[in-house]
Amino acid sequence: MFRRYGEHCVATFAPDEARVLRKVASEVVGLLTDGFDLADPVVDRLFPDIYPTNAEESAEFRRFTEGDLKTGKIDQAGAILAALPSSTGGEVRLDRESAEAWLRALNDARLAMGVRLDISVETDLGEELDDAVLSDPSSSRVFQLSVYAYLGYLQESLLTALIE
Amino acid sequence: MSASEAHVAVVGASICSYDGGVAAPQTTPVQSPDVETLPATDRPWITVVHDDPVNLMTYVTWVFQKQFGYDHDKAQALMLDVHNKGRAAVSAGARERMEYDASCLHGYGLWATVEQH
Repeated sequence: MFRRYGEHCVATFAPDEARVLRKVASEVVGLLTDGFDLADPVVDRLFPDIYPTNAEESAEFRRFTEGDLKTGKIDQAGAILAALPSSTGGEVRLDRESAEAWLRALNDARLAMGVRLDISVETDLGEELDDAVLSDPSSSRVFQLSVYAYLGYLQESLLTALIE
Repeated sequence: MSASEAHVAVVGASICSYDGGVAAPQTTPVQSPDVETLPATDRPWITVVHDDPVNLMTYVTWVFQKQFGYDHDKAQALMLDVHNKGRAAVSAGARERMEYDASCLHGYGLWATVEQH
């Protein structure tokens, strides 16, 4: 978890944590590059229609802004990949600009996972995780929910450190 | 204003740069003008943020401060509006400015749309 040291937000990542973060950030990049598909509900959530009742005007607006928005999101995911230590884990030290890029990128990753995991306003993450563990502790859903929860704690700790 | 005119303005506007510090207020704080008496074309446009099960409340508050230069109390009140009512108008003004705001908010991962008040 992040803490504030002077002008920097600093966290130490275990090898497993660094690996997971690298994976989710890479998946976001993949989603925005080769895997870009407007029919994918994750892409739809990251690039919502600006005029929900007017598909034509939404598409027109998208035509002008989507490229920049996509580039911005790829860059912010790239900020995670660039700052992460190698697979051995280690310290991450972020200045304000990088910390803000991380915040946005962590949010994108959580949005993507939230769609895939069917997280809704009613979802109680603790209960969801308990249920998944009871049904199959080694399932991919248990792992994905744990990662989703971890990213939330990480994002919250970074924001707290940043605005301290 | 036609859609394409509005979009030319957006393209000409600077892209969200996310550069340091909290932005100075650039948009008119949301008020409730007596819009019913105005002709449709003169009604202000608003940027609406919708509730979302994923975004952290503290993060949304921070984004409103960053994007609009709102102080913490105003940003938090708007966030709570979104959370409790499902949606809230977060800025009001010219259509192209609202499109810019919404697009920046998408960069932060907020679910933002634009409509006429």
